[in-house]
Amino acid sequence: MLKRSFLLKLLSGVIIFGAWEIAGRIPVSYAFPTFIDSMIALFRLALDGTLFTAYAETLEPLIVGVAISTVLGIGLGLWIGLSKFFDWLVSPIFIVMQSAPLAALIPLLVMAYGIGLTSKVFVVCIMAMPVIVLNTAGAVRHTPESIMEMCRSFLGSRTDMLLKIIIPAASPLIFAGLRLGVSAGFIGAILAELKITPTGVGDIITFSRSIADYPTMYAAIFSIIALAVLFLNLLEMAEKLLFKGNDLGYVSD
Amino acid sequence: MAMSQTKRVLTPVENTPTEIAVSARNITKNYGAVEALKDLTLEFPRGQLTSLLGPSGCGKTTLLKIIAGLLKTTSGEVEVNGKAVTGPGPNRAFVFQDFALLPWATVLRNVAFGLELRGVARSEREARAEKYIKDVGLAGFEQSYPHELSGGMRQRVGLARALSVDAQVLLMDEPFSAVDEQTRRKFQEDLLSLVQNENKTFIFVTHSIEEAVYVSDQIAILLPRPSRVSEVIRPSGFRNKGIDNIRRDPEYLDIVDNIWASLRSYVE
Repeated sequence: MLKRSFLLKLLSGVIIFGAWEIAGRIPVSYAFPTFIDSMIALFRLALDGTLFTAYAETLEPLIVGVAISTVLGIGLGLWIGLSKFFDWLVSPIFIVMQSAPLAALIPLLVMAYGIGLTSKVFVVCIMAMPVIVLNTAGAVRHTPESIMEMCRSFLGSRTDMLLKIIIPAASPLIFAGLRLGVSAGFIGAILAELKITPTGVGDIITFSRSIADYPTMYAAIFSIIALAVLFLNLLEMAEKLLFKGNDLGYVSD
Repeated sequence: MAMSQTKRVLTPVENTPTEIAVSARNITKNYGAVEALKDLTLEFPRGQLTSLLGPSGCGKTTLLKIIAGLLKTTSGEVEVNGKAVTGPGPNRAFVFQDFALLPWATVLRNVAFGLELRGVARSEREARAEKYIKDVGLAGFEQSYPHELSGGMRQRVGLARALSVDAQVLLMDEPFSAVDEQTRRKFQEDLLSLVQNENKTFIFVTHSIEEAVYVSDQIAILLPRPSRVSEVIRPSGFRNKGIDNIRRDPEYLDIVDNIWASLRSYVE
């Protein structure tokens, strides 16, 4: 079973990278390098250390932003889910935030907070937070009625209800929101570096494009995607560790 | 206001042979303009099983949840052991129609959950839970998750959880309606011996006439629109003739027929 799923993953990798290689060799565009060229560029970036200094810069707003979005987002989401008034008060902000054209708002952020870390963290948060908040709130609202009644009838306190019923029941959807939020945060981090000041990975992308070094540009893009996938896998492992029963499905529905 | 009113009409009724464990007095429950229960009065003798039987929509689950303290009455009050019910309490335990198990918890934790909420230390609550898991016939499944169990086994978990908190009153909301026919028969037989061996008061909601007559010491027939107790039946003759003989006892068959005759016109 495990072996088969690994083989399937390997197969899908071979198909995608194979298609990339073929498309690069045709070539579909002068600006589209082959997979192999991109990988060579990636190794070169890794060997001379450029990649790591770049990530040190990129990861700072990303990690700060994702951490704020996670803590604040889950907290706000729980609150919105529990209180109708707070839902009425706060939800619209996140619904607007989710649909706002972020690239157009960046100049405003820069005007208000300058070109430093603050603006970049803001961009990451605006990307990551709404989906975390809205998913958490939705999950809390859909806690099965009967297990909440069960908790009350067996004398559970409000704290018990929140910690032992509502949060565990909501956790699969909270984690789904986290996964989406974290991927959006990665997009936000790169967007911030492309739109505010070219630093880190965004700098590699911008600079290599300006000198038509397309393999390096694609290598940088590839590396950020790979890092996002790695991070999402870590998140999934954390979920499995924290909530062992999550993949078991609901009995009472 | 409603409280003082009911206090005045409070006169002890001594015409039943045993002590009263739970009494519902003049219960009225409205949902907006809809009257779910109207001036309902009913008493539940200690150590016996009372069924609430009636067509759907007659308010039997509402009454059970009021007794549990999960719902508030519009007027009237419920007393358990002479004390008015203001909310859920340690003297009552609930068995849910849909089991209400935590899908992320093992059988052991589910059974011990009532004790966990009461703050019983882990080692003690698990020891007590293990005993009741054995009692309901689930030994060996302590580390299983609910989704790995059949419907009948899940309800055994729900029953063990209710038994483990050692409440004097067990409230059962159509507990066997989600399990298959054969399992249900086994459950009914087990329930009879449970009533006999445990000195607990059982309040049992069901929509099955046969089930009610088979397991009950007292059957309260509830009728809808407006919801009220129309009749209280106390089968007497067949209870001591052995569980295998109940279903062919003439009294059993007569009661089933009579109940159907009185309910028939209320069923759409």
